[in-house]
Amino acid sequence: MGVGIEVRGLKAFYGKNESLHSVDITMPANHVTAVIGPSGCGKSTFVRCLNRMHETIPEAHAEGSVKVGEMDVYGSGSDPVEVRRRIGMVFQKPNPFPTMSIYGNVAAGLKLNGFRNRKQMDELVERSLKLAALWDEVKDDLHKKSGASLSGGQQQRLCIARSLAVEPEVLLMDEPASALDPISTSKIEELIFQLKQHYTVVIVTHNMQQAARVAELTGFFLMGNLIEFDKTEKIFTTPADKRTEDYVTGRFG
Amino acid sequence: MRSRFQQGLDELKEKLLRMGGLAEQAIDRATEAYRTRDSKYCQMVLTGENAINEAEREIDELALDLLAMQQPMAIDLRFILAVLKINADLERVGDQAVNIAQRVLDLISEEEVELPVDIPRMADAVSTMVQRALEAFLDGKAEVAEAVLQMDNIVDRMKDEAFVVLVQKMQDGPACTRQALDVLLIARNLERIADHATNIAEDVIFWVRGADVRHGGAHFRE
Repeated sequence: MGVGIEVRGLKAFYGKNESLHSVDITMPANHVTAVIGPSGCGKSTFVRCLNRMHETIPEAHAEGSVKVGEMDVYGSGSDPVEVRRRIGMVFQKPNPFPTMSIYGNVAAGLKLNGFRNRKQMDELVERSLKLAALWDEVKDDLHKKSGASLSGGQQQRLCIARSLAVEPEVLLMDEPASALDPISTSKIEELIFQLKQHYTVVIVTHNMQQAARVAELTGFFLMGNLIEFDKTEKIFTTPADKRTEDYVTGRFG
Repeated sequence: MRSRFQQGLDELKEKLLRMGGLAEQAIDRATEAYRTRDSKYCQMVLTGENAINEAEREIDELALDLLAMQQPMAIDLRFILAVLKINADLERVGDQAVNIAQRVLDLISEEEVELPVDIPRMADAVSTMVQRALEAFLDGKAEVAEAVLQMDNIVDRMKDEAFVVLVQKMQDGPACTRQALDVLLIARNLERIADHATNIAEDVIFWVRGADVRHGGAHFRE
């Protein structure tokens, strides 16, 4: 099951430059939260802070508190590897391991985590591919085809399956459908809707219609600040802040 | 430079205001027909209905295109929804004007009788409501729309008073029953036009403030 995310006073830095300014936000378990805003507003930085991916950039660091369920992401003794196992991430461009089979791609994370039981691994791979709505399309080619031989939309679902295999509680998605055609996009969106039964999902998107379609809650970021966070239907019909209204109506950004 | 979308919104507003002008003209002509007992005005209302119906179709089509092609959000989305609803109300205003014109034609065919009801005064109040509601729409002014909501009570009262005296008139003697019934129906048509003006004002408030003030409440989305 998914767990809630509680963020308090989160700041992100690139060197000395503060790019995210003391963000407070509570994202409930088993909900889809969309993060929107113009380029450079800090939305991707925010999401990358949630699973400590931000600090992998040289000279970047974050301050503040992020709690994912009971886990204190930035607490002393917190292990970034364990954090990233429990908080999976899917990126804009599908990035399957090109030389590995479909099966190998999904099992990669399990192997990295020291998983060796073959029967259980088979079960987890199948379960993950089913959850990612890809199983029926690839079940006969698991070992025959490489991940790179799949279509763009299938590759992205393969990457989702790879993230799900290590049984995370939260799934972060950074523009997961921006490189896909409309049919693949609609499959990913339908998948996101299904995934929230098991996971808490945070999705960064430039596509406001996509946020409106998949997310129950939406946060609007501008220049490193969280301007407004509310139910998605409120943000897109009657936002409280003029800056949100100007952005969602396309008057800037 | 205006974006294509903004041009579309402006065009929608312009078309709706033009349709509003046609609806106002229909009320004024129907009232003039009653005042002068001149069937020429009735004919103008009857033939003018086509233009209103055609305008309704055009506005619906343009609004549908903008929704499908531009996927508007927030205040733009509320604006288009308001336009669609106001469009339907204005078309109904046109229908009510036609109803009045038909009743006036009936009145003209009957002997003229003195009835203690001031229909032109009621029509003036109703016409003012429609005019103000459209002004509120033109300028996006919720406070002008609120004033329209207040006026509805006055028209309701006028209609109630008309009903009392006309029913009494019918009870007093059958000689002018038909004429009294026509006038009573005209009062009801006018009262319905006032209701449409009220709806238009409520839609303007929804567009500008995002508040649903229908049915006497002020509901903001939570």
